[in-house]
Amino acid sequence: MLVVEKNALSEEIESYVEKYGNDRSALLMILHEIQKKHRHISEFAQQEVARLLNIHPVEVYSVISFFAFLNSNPKGRNLVRICQTISCDMKGKKQVVQAIERELGIKIGETTKDNKFTVEYANCLGLCDMGPAMAINDQVYVNLTPEKAVELLSKVK
Amino acid sequence: MQNHLEVKLGKKTDRKGPVIFSEYKRGEAIKKALSMSREDILFELKDSKLKGRGGAGFPTSTKWMLTAAAKAEKKFIICNADEGEPGTFKDRVLLMEYPELVFDGMVVGGYTIGAQLGIVYLRGEYEYLLKPLEDYLEEMRKDNLLGKNILGKEGFDFDIEIVLGSGAYVCGEETALIESLEGHRGEPRNRPPYPINTGFLGRPTSVNNIETLAAVSHIVVKGGKWFAKFGTDKSSGSKLFSVSGDCEKPGVYELPWGTKISELLEIVGAKNAKAVQIGGASGHCIPKSQFDRTLAYEDVPTGGSVMIFNENRDMLHVLKNFMEFFVDESCGQCTPCRIGNVKLLEGVEMIEKGQYTFAHINKLKELGRTMQLASKCGLGQSSPNPFISILENFKDEIFNRGNGGRNGR
Ligand SMILES: Cc1cc2nc3c(=O)[nH]c(=O)nc-3n(C[C@H](O)[C@H](O)[C@H](O)COP(=O)(O)O)c2cc1C
Ligand code: SF4
Ligand code: FES
Repeated sequence: MLVVEKNALSEEIESYVEKYGNDRSALLMILHEIQKKHRHISEFAQQEVARLLNIHPVEVYSVISFFAFLNSNPKGRNLVRICQTISCDMKGKKQVVQAIERELGIKIGETTKDNKFTVEYANCLGLCDMGPAMAINDQVYVNLTPEKAVELLSKVK
Repeated sequence: MQNHLEVKLGKKTDRKGPVIFSEYKRGEAIKKALSMSREDILFELKDSKLKGRGGAGFPTSTKWMLTAAAKAEKKFIICNADEGEPGTFKDRVLLMEYPELVFDGMVVGGYTIGAQLGIVYLRGEYEYLLKPLEDYLEEMRKDNLLGKNILGKEGFDFDIEIVLGSGAYVCGEETALIESLEGHRGEPRNRPPYPINTGFLGRPTSVNNIETLAAVSHIVVKGGKWFAKFGTDKSSGSKLFSVSGDCEKPGVYELPWGTKISELLEIVGAKNAKAVQIGGASGHCIPKSQFDRTLAYEDVPTGGSVMIFNENRDMLHVLKNFMEFFVDESCGQCTPCRIGNVKLLEGVEMIEKGQYTFAHINKLKELGRTMQLASKCGLGQSSPNPFISILENFKDEIFNRGNGGRNGR
């Protein structure tokens, strides 16, 4: 990482600490902001958060490793999460997943070569009456068919 | 058909229901509550016999009375918006369409227990609601429904903030929720002590489900006796049911407690159901022969998830899906749950492949009962439920299947 990048990231994290406070109870929201912007929380970011909240970096890492939506390794620019739980399963989740896998040329859990997409399973998204459901980043899509799902992905930048 | 879920807060579909979906004007409950003494609010709640809608069914009046009685400089009320139980989405609908009920209920709660801050723990999967809900809170501040001296009530200062979860089902458990709010891994705590005296940051804290808070708003305005008119003696009021699976009209339904399962199935157009999973993955599977049972704390209690399976569904596949969920979501802190769920899932896979003995399956059922007793939190205590109830109720279908195929096919 370049020094300028590091400085920029430090500044960014400082602004989150300003917004949410420097108490440990601000940790979840600070991590959420970093994750949202960078799609992962790098080792350097973890160290910065730890420094600003006055806790050990390992504490930050242990929280990241606990939560499914936080990760320390980079993922694709867009995160696609498909609900794997039973109501969506019964409405055709499998066909949707297969279509996406074919179209992007990857298996679920993987990232495309151009780094554009990471595709994952998620547990129940709370959209069970409109399944199959999936999330692309922070937006959700429902009543999917294989064709619709692929079309939605093709519109993503 | 619309694919993108449009989020427009407060926009109501044509929902009808006796209690929750009945008429309500934003701010009404706050105004009424502030004209009452705290004791009177607690009396109304007691009369209503409202029990928590998050699953555990603890009387709300008792919880608030204890939190109100706890002596501390700071107290908190937390709205549990972690809604992670498979098959549940009624809390999302309440937040999207009825935010006034939820937030007004929180303000009433803050006033009653003497809290200065309310925290909404919103599951990460509902991130798309964060901005609209924050805008909504800003509107409330403008109208002095939040902030200092609310509606001119000298000395009543209360505000609400929202914290996003990050994809962990167990964080819906109230002590795990508090742990994660404090910036730790979301691992459940030993109880006691309970959050009512040692909660967020060690202060007295009331954790309430979204639907509970929505019910409070109606109770304050219309009275506890009015609320208790609905439902049964032991289960007062109504319940929101999140209905999905094999039926014509999935969605959220408000029905009085005491409704028969068969009546619900009729309403949602489930013609050839052979089973319903009530209460989500951690609930119970009810076979057709028991569809005359009633939805109520005294018969089939539930947080409201109803998943319907028709005659063509493979119940072993359903069970496998649930056990995969628990293996995924166990926090791993205690052994019965961490190891137990993996063993139960392996058992399901053995049956799937036709490589099992009944001796082994019976041992696994025994293991399930041990998990119910020995697990540290509700996750591990209830995760064996589907294993035990599905294998028991569908043993013919499940054990008569041939190697790898369904029902010998
Ligand atoms: C594994 C687990 C997950 C839970 N998830 C939720 C949840 O998503 N929402 C909720 O309100 N309660 C959930 N609960 C119950 C809470 O611990 C708590 O009892 C509830 O929020 C209290 O609110 P109430 O009294 O209004 O029901 C969960 C419990 C367990 C054991
Ligand atoms: S029962 Fe499961 S989820 Fe609960 S504390 Fe134990 S391991 Fe964690
Ligand atoms: S089962 Fe897919 S959203 Fe609930």
